[in-house]
Amino acid sequence: MVDFEPKIVAFVCNWCTYAGADLTGTSRIKYASNVRIVRFPCTGRIDYMLLLKAFAEGADGIIVSGCHPNDCHYTSGNFHARRRWIMFRSLCDFMGIDTRRIKFSWVSAAEGAKWADIVNTIVASIRELGPYEDYKKVVKKPVKEVSNG
Amino acid sequence: MSKIGVFVCHCGENISATVDCAKVAETAGKYDGVTFSIDYKYMCSDPGQSIIKNAIKEKGLTGVVVASCSPRMHEPTFRKACAEAGLNPYMCEMANLREHCSWVHEKDDATTEKAIDLVRILVEKVKRNQSLDAIKVPVTKTALVIGGGIAGIQASLDIANSGHKVILIEKDPSIGGHMSQLSETFPTLDCSQCILTPRMVEVAQHPNITLYTYAELESLEGFIGNFKAKIRRKSKSIDEKLCTGCGMCTTKCPNKKIPSEFNEGLGTRTAIYVPFPQAVPNKPVIDRIHCTYYTKGKCRICEKVCPTQAIRFDQEDQIVETEVGAVVLATGFTVKQTDFFPEYGYGKYSDIITGLQFERLASASGPTLGEIRRPSDGKIPEKIVFVACAGSRDQAKGIPYCSKICCMYIAKHAMLYQHKVPGGKSYVFYMDIRAGGKMYEEFVRRAIEDDGVNYVRGRISRIYEKNGKLIVNGADTLLNAMPVEIEADMVVLATAGVANEGAEELAQKLHVSYDSYHFFAEAHPKLKPVETNTAGIFLAGACQSPRDIPESVAMASGAAAKVAGLFSQDELTREPLIAVVNRQAAPVYSSCVGCFLCVSACPYQAIEKEEFKNRTGEVIKTVAKVNPGLCQGCGTCVAFCRTKSIDIQGYTHEQMYSEVMALLNEY
Repeated sequence: MVDFEPKIVAFVCNWCTYAGADLTGTSRIKYASNVRIVRFPCTGRIDYMLLLKAFAEGADGIIVSGCHPNDCHYTSGNFHARRRWIMFRSLCDFMGIDTRRIKFSWVSAAEGAKWADIVNTIVASIRELGPYEDYKKVVKKPVKEVSNG
Repeated sequence: MSKIGVFVCHCGENISATVDCAKVAETAGKYDGVTFSIDYKYMCSDPGQSIIKNAIKEKGLTGVVVASCSPRMHEPTFRKACAEAGLNPYMCEMANLREHCSWVHEKDDATTEKAIDLVRILVEKVKRNQSLDAIKVPVTKTALVIGGGIAGIQASLDIANSGHKVILIEKDPSIGGHMSQLSETFPTLDCSQCILTPRMVEVAQHPNITLYTYAELESLEGFIGNFKAKIRRKSKSIDEKLCTGCGMCTTKCPNKKIPSEFNEGLGTRTAIYVPFPQAVPNKPVIDRIHCTYYTKGKCRICEKVCPTQAIRFDQEDQIVETEVGAVVLATGFTVKQTDFFPEYGYGKYSDIITGLQFERLASASGPTLGEIRRPSDGKIPEKIVFVACAGSRDQAKGIPYCSKICCMYIAKHAMLYQHKVPGGKSYVFYMDIRAGGKMYEEFVRRAIEDDGVNYVRGRISRIYEKNGKLIVNGADTLLNAMPVEIEADMVVLATAGVANEGAEELAQKLHVSYDSYHFFAEAHPKLKPVETNTAGIFLAGACQSPRDIPESVAMASGAAAKVAGLFSQDELTREPLIAVVNRQAAPVYSSCVGCFLCVSACPYQAIEKEEFKNRTGEVIKTVAKVNPGLCQGCGTCVAFCRTKSIDIQGYTHEQMYSEVMALLNEY
């Protein structure tokens, strides 16, 4: 897979990982440009159907990242996210969705270097796994929505 | 039909050096619903903001995407600009092209492509934004200050003097903190107690300050302007109203061999004790761990000798519940003890002491009444070695940062030693001398040039005992790493300043962030040094990182100014990015089916039940309702809701799904 550039979507919380990724920038630590960050108030807000949606839309890999346990800005959102992730992971395994393509992690606002590491690691591993054609095959592409803009 | 304006910022060259900003603006201009796009050197500058304002007015924009730095930096700036031009501020979103793109990627097409993608997802989001109105909440004009060291004292006095109520809590029996332990202070060598104790008294007598010593924060709930604090007032085992502080109990207490915390273990105290003579309040507490009555069940001598019958053995901890509008965290720091250093004997040599212990030896009110005597045999040391950076700037010890105060206090210690022990020889082993500050460098030069302190640039590899002397092995790196061996009588380690034990738990209680060393994290390292990420909670002093007295005082006044600013208004405006449960016409009322899973998810107890009744008063449906005063907008309920009846403003289902779809669907 020489020419394959994976598309990675990152669902991150505003308080820890988004700020951590900001710190990566402030520290000028370089990482792969394949990732697109979507900001949420808290990982507790992340509805895991969004992950399936992202795969359906063509994502090859997904990062979900929030505050470390006990550090949640809202006390417990990350615990809910973690518990939901454990459930969701078994569901994915059952349905045959490749959970190697989803990286669940904690990155605090002080861990700029860790964020760069996580992105680089997932980009490298997805590059090895190749494009997620299997998922795209089973999903019917929706008729292109006419923008309501 | 949306009319979105896209404004791409170069940020000088911060963005434009790696991203083709003109191309981003040009591509964005072609998207459905985008009617205006432009790139400009500094969007946040006055002319930059004018471009946005004029475009809103002239083109009748219904939404704005500013593609520049992190929204954590400038979102308020641009939302305000939009509001000034008559657009609802919540119709403005930011694409993070700097921190998340230009600063972290190389200059190539992929980077510009990413920038374009980031803009596109926010264009799709902003199309689905709704106009929102800020929420107004009342402000409780009382501040809670946690920690009664110099930072807490300064913050309390400044807030109290601006006319607001303050509750100051301190975990020890007296306020004063580490500053009260110091002998003299650099760079003026004025006595620490002399400048501190009048302030301590002022705190105790101030009509606006309620002082709770021997008290700790139990819990804090709520949000800016409206916190509910529970304070545990630990039992002092005395009736403070009756106690006159005569000191009879402390003189008669038979249990006299307890290491004194105030003297850093170099002196002793009794079980019923006042930590130091100038303590505020000057009333004793009983240390129940050491008191003979609590450990063995008899004694009660203090009760017998107390002339006012103020001893209360059965007193219990008291929980005080109070409402406060702001919190200042000033819990300070601690220093590593000598047992942290295997190479310096794991703390087994009593003549190797910490800098803070040296302060007590040098203090006129200390265990040696200000004479420098070594702890082992009370002899006056003829040769003394000071070791800078003991633990600090040492990756292997897990403390890579500089503790900042040591270079200065070591110079002070060596100077005090030279003044107090004429003819004594002092050596300072250092890595670098960091004396940044007004009159600081001059102070160090004075120690070297006027007082004859020997500064040796190099590290100490080992200290061991031989024939009653401490053999200090080191190297002088200015003499080609020549080995140096000094037979010293006493060694003072400038041990690293570290976060308090329990700082992490306290941070979690308050929901403030902390760094990897457990120091509390400021909201922005440069522009918000006294704020935390949690609105209404501020930082002062060394709980944020090691710092000296002038800096702690300045920071405390800064935090106090923030609190006074907050209290200058009767109502606060809060971001309306909170959860709402949908409402529909009768008889459906809402798609909510009343399972109340959201209630179990909500960490703020913000979800209530609302009943809908028919004409005869029968309840026909019970659905969830969000209390906008309590909701903090985390959105955990949203992910819980099985019928998708609850949504969070600013991060709605529609917005998030359209972001994901816009990301990956090429237009």
